[in-house]
Amino acid sequence: MHDGYHGKNPPPLVRPTTAPRAARRRNPYPLWFLIPAAVIYTVLFLVPTFASFYYSLTRWSLFDQQFIGLDNYIQFFREPGLIGGLTNTLIYAVVTSGLKVVLGMALGMLLTSQIIGRGLLRSVVFFPVLVSTIGVGLTFTVLMNPDQGLINKTLALVGIQGPGWLTDPSLALLSVAFVDVWKGVGLATVIYIAGIVSIPHEYLEAAKVDGAGRMAVFRHVVLPLARPATVTVVILSLIGGLRSFDLIWAMTHGGPGFTSDVIASVIYKQYQAGFYGLSTAGNVILFVLVTAIILPLFYLLNRKEVEQ
Amino acid sequence: MTVNFSRSRALAVTAGTLALTACSAGSLRADAGGGSTAGAVSLTYLVDNGDATVKLANQVTKDFMAANPGITVKVDTRPGGTDGDNLIKTRLSTGDMSDMFLYNSGSLFQALKPETNLVPLSDQPWANNLDANFKTTVTSGDAVYGAPIGSFFAGAMLYNTKVYATLGLKVPTTWAEFMANNAKIKAAGITLVIQTYGDTWTSQLFVLGDFHNVAAAEPSFATEYTANKIKYATNPAALEGFQRLEQVFKAGYLNKNFASAKLNDGLKLLGDGTGAQYPMLTAVVQGLYDTDAATKQSIGVFPIPGDDAATNGLTVWAPNGVYIPKTTTGAKLDAAKKFVAFLASPAGCTSQTTGVTPTGPYAVKGCTLPTDVPQVVKDTVSYFDKKDGTSPALEFLSPVKGPSLEQITVEVGSGITSAAAGAARYDEDVKKQAQQLGLAGW
Repeated sequence: MHDGYHGKNPPPLVRPTTAPRAARRRNPYPLWFLIPAAVIYTVLFLVPTFASFYYSLTRWSLFDQQFIGLDNYIQFFREPGLIGGLTNTLIYAVVTSGLKVVLGMALGMLLTSQIIGRGLLRSVVFFPVLVSTIGVGLTFTVLMNPDQGLINKTLALVGIQGPGWLTDPSLALLSVAFVDVWKGVGLATVIYIAGIVSIPHEYLEAAKVDGAGRMAVFRHVVLPLARPATVTVVILSLIGGLRSFDLIWAMTHGGPGFTSDVIASVIYKQYQAGFYGLSTAGNVILFVLVTAIILPLFYLLNRKEVEQ
Repeated sequence: MTVNFSRSRALAVTAGTLALTACSAGSLRADAGGGSTAGAVSLTYLVDNGDATVKLANQVTKDFMAANPGITVKVDTRPGGTDGDNLIKTRLSTGDMSDMFLYNSGSLFQALKPETNLVPLSDQPWANNLDANFKTTVTSGDAVYGAPIGSFFAGAMLYNTKVYATLGLKVPTTWAEFMANNAKIKAAGITLVIQTYGDTWTSQLFVLGDFHNVAAAEPSFATEYTANKIKYATNPAALEGFQRLEQVFKAGYLNKNFASAKLNDGLKLLGDGTGAQYPMLTAVVQGLYDTDAATKQSIGVFPIPGDDAATNGLTVWAPNGVYIPKTTTGAKLDAAKKFVAFLASPAGCTSQTTGVTPTGPYAVKGCTLPTDVPQVVKDTVSYFDKKDGTSPALEFLSPVKGPSLEQITVEVGSGITSAAAGAARYDEDVKKQAQQLGLAGW
């Protein structure tokens, strides 16, 4: 992975001390080929990132800014909505990630078995992944309307009085999480299908010869050998869950009241209110938080994989 | 892309005007008043995309252009609400603002840093013709920055006069009378108080519309509030707004679908008499007139009642302002000044009345309302005619307004938190706004 290595030729097997120099000399591309990409990366990514660290230390009204040190961070941690937002973020991430693992695995098993219309079913499961998140959010908002929504009208046909999916404070966040799972489970399923298909047939046959039932095959062969797929699904959906915003904003705006606010929507509302410095500080905190959760998890899960 | 396009076109037009006026530079000043045919000037006017706002903007620009043949005004629209706030601030700070723009007066206007961004208009002849209450809402420091567009309106209790007449009810002047009325309405099986938390902003009226009562009990509330000396949670008069919101929920007075209903659902319930009362801004009732003309007569308004019948009065909202950014200069500035002068003249008021039905009195002296105004407007005007019958809402007296009030009132109004906790949270919320504005004492 050292930066001088781009070509098809493998690095020469020489003594380590001379390796970097040798590689550099062999590099067929001049360094200034990097410049266009580097300029774009610097202007569009590095400058705004470091500027945001600075602006998070100011009280910024777009017209002027005043340096106030760490006051924004102090204010952000005092935010009454912060604890609720943090809790909701974690609940949302864990619920969506857990359900995607369980349902993705189940659908993956189903769609790798010999069933009729397997190709069609695979497409159907994957289809929601392709649709715009905002579109899905707005559609489900209509479906989940307590009086006129299709879901509660259907429930009413069988005599069940459906709840206010998005207006009941104790249900709103879970309803959004359910929609997130509906939309995201297709991707998890595809990852699991790939993982399950790659399990060598010999293991399954050997287990069957030894008299293992379906459950035993699943528990002792498929589940452990599909572990890389599980790791990928957990990491991807946890990252997605922690920084989730678009679906929640489209469906509830963090409501009713503050009951389905997550960190990202708390930050967005501060931005909307014109507290640009404060919301930038919130973004820096969100960045640190996601990194702090994902990095160790990634390391832990990957290490176990290697140990196997 | 559209931004770039209009900017380059604006540059071209400016260059053209400069070339034309260069010939008669000496007489430019003298000509500015009457020489409307000399050089054609084209202005852009940015308004929010609300139906009534756009209709009004189209009418006044049409009438203005008819009276000033040399000037064309093009109406541009922007989103309303907080998206619109950010758009306005971004365009002002990047020097990319339209030649004139419409924006709220009061606390939102103060957040635009008028001294650095807007052209002062105090020296304009019409500035002395403005209603005193309106004038303070577009004044920053000692300069006036805006001309009014639209008319005053109230934040109060809309009610269905037919329901009141059928049940033989009298308009309540105290909270006790209001609750007594409610008992009778409930017996008739009609929804007492309509709430529509599907549009969260509609939840704030019990608090915001109660300000006349707060001001009656605490005359210096606004100044002390700006100075961080008085709080919603600890002042009994101020807390009452939150408590009443809690009270109507706990009493089960709300429409069944209050949590998901939207503004238009609420207006429909009120219009067809399924609901009796709806605390709301009176400006929005216009939306109902188009679908059901009979509601012009059947919907009236009364103030959110307080404790004392003697101080019963209406909390009113000032019209929006039209402002000129500092980036408008030269011939365009002269033309823009003519446009705002037109808005602040009786001819401008007449034009506005042609565009949309007024919601209350105009903020310009010498403007009159037509006689056939809807019942809501008649009721509103009657409080303006009464001594001490109206108070401006708090946002016109103090720059301090928290951004999360609508979420807080939804929580209090649907029983998620108590009135006391909601008020305390709002006090915490306004602190950020006060600090952002750099006010003393926060």
